[in-house]
Amino acid sequence: MSSQLGYARLYKPKVRLLWWLSRRSYLLFVLRELSSVFVAWTVVYLLLLVRAVSQGEAEYERFLHRAASPWLVVLNVVALAFVLFHAITFVNLTPQAMVLRVRGRRVPGRLLAVSLYLALFVVSAFLAWLVVG
Amino acid sequence: MPRRTVEPFVWLLFSGGGVAAALVLPVLLLLFGLALPLGWIGAPEYGHLLGVLRNPLTRLGLVAVCTLALVHWAHRFRYTLLDGLQLHRYDRAIVTACYGGALAGSVMAAYLLFIAV
Amino acid sequence: MPDQITLRVARYRPEQEEEPTFDEYDVPLRKDWVVLDGLNYIKDELDGTLSYRWSCRMGICGSCGATVNGEPKLTCATFLTAYAPGPVSIEPLANFPIIRDLVVELTDFMNKLGKVKPWLIREEEQPIEDGEYLQTPEQLDEYKQFSMCINCMLCYSACPVYGLDSNFLGPAAIALAQRYNFDSRDDGEHERLTVLSQPEGIWGCTYVGECSRACPKGVDPAGAIQRYKLTAAMAAVKSLLMPWGQR
Repeated sequence: MSSQLGYARLYKPKVRLLWWLSRRSYLLFVLRELSSVFVAWTVVYLLLLVRAVSQGEAEYERFLHRAASPWLVVLNVVALAFVLFHAITFVNLTPQAMVLRVRGRRVPGRLLAVSLYLALFVVSAFLAWLVVG
Repeated sequence: MPRRTVEPFVWLLFSGGGVAAALVLPVLLLLFGLALPLGWIGAPEYGHLLGVLRNPLTRLGLVAVCTLALVHWAHRFRYTLLDGLQLHRYDRAIVTACYGGALAGSVMAAYLLFIAV
Repeated sequence: MPDQITLRVARYRPEQEEEPTFDEYDVPLRKDWVVLDGLNYIKDELDGTLSYRWSCRMGICGSCGATVNGEPKLTCATFLTAYAPGPVSIEPLANFPIIRDLVVELTDFMNKLGKVKPWLIREEEQPIEDGEYLQTPEQLDEYKQFSMCINCMLCYSACPVYGLDSNFLGPAAIALAQRYNFDSRDDGEHERLTVLSQPEGIWGCTYVGECSRACPKGVDPAGAIQRYKLTAAMAAVKSLLMPWGQR
């Protein structure tokens, strides 16, 4: 096709369907995005747990028993890996995505990331204490 | 003012969901997905767990986390399908399925945590 | 070290072929030679019909962008020895229409650059007698990084979103808008908001981050875009909650 700019014929390359397999960084990006699927699974799983608890002690016990079945364990191991991958990439990207200022001075990126990991640890410890009692 | 798009607000929910998911979900999945079913630690007493769940702060907090995390999934998954599989022509259907799914999940969470428990 | 290296160079001669092909050339492998030296050797000694852009040969003009072994690079800043023993494949910058051989059509970026108004916008111009607009070193540091852009287009070449949808505003244009948004002398943030806060503007970006990885000048367009998402989102919330007092 002749463009109005007067060239003989511009060649317009098409993007391959599996463009994200062509580079390691693209693949890591897609895996990072897919971690959201396991975030959704975790929400669903936790809601199933809440439903079981709401239906009485026997149902709660049955839920925990079913959760120990091999396929579900495998799924939750994979899910946990991806949820952690989400948390780590989220924390590591925050300093690049957000410039924080305290009293006019810019907070160094590494300090921000360390603070977020600390928050993750504190929240996790608190929730664990809350659950286990 | 730019022509009113909903994108900025969805993005804020998506970001909030990312934070909520990152801080809260790993430990909860570890505990309830692996540690308790596999007996790594003794299961909390049923009464204790029910008590924790019935606390209004827990109810509110969990509904908020679930809603935000589901919107986070919906937004991210939509773009993964659009860009990863080049499904732009099905955007309408994808939007309905993703954000609709998030809405359904959020309603379910609210029902379970405010009514059922 | 062998004394030669093979360059597989993409050719596209629209007057004689429908699609790009590859020609292979053996060029000297000198430890201080960059890919551009190889291309110049081809043009001078082997095949004068090869077409490609270059100018300063020192990484400041932004002309010599190409895809070297699958990655967007400045040919003047990429050493041949990094790819020894070769072969090295050299193709035009990805995501742009090809005019001939390694020369791509960049008018789309030129249009986008104009849209973000990359100049100082003032509410009120200071009278000449008052002298220059003064700026402290701290104020300069706010935007200096984003002013380093040489418009080389490596970021557009690396960006999969732009590859899939050429309506996307793109990394460099948004980074350059931010260069002015962060400039203390500028009052134009609100005008640029209209252009940037669109689905084909910042909201199309999915933070792949490849643009910042490809940038040879450390501009970090990915950071510029994510920071602006927060700014634009806050502006949207403010205009929703307090619709009066629009600038």
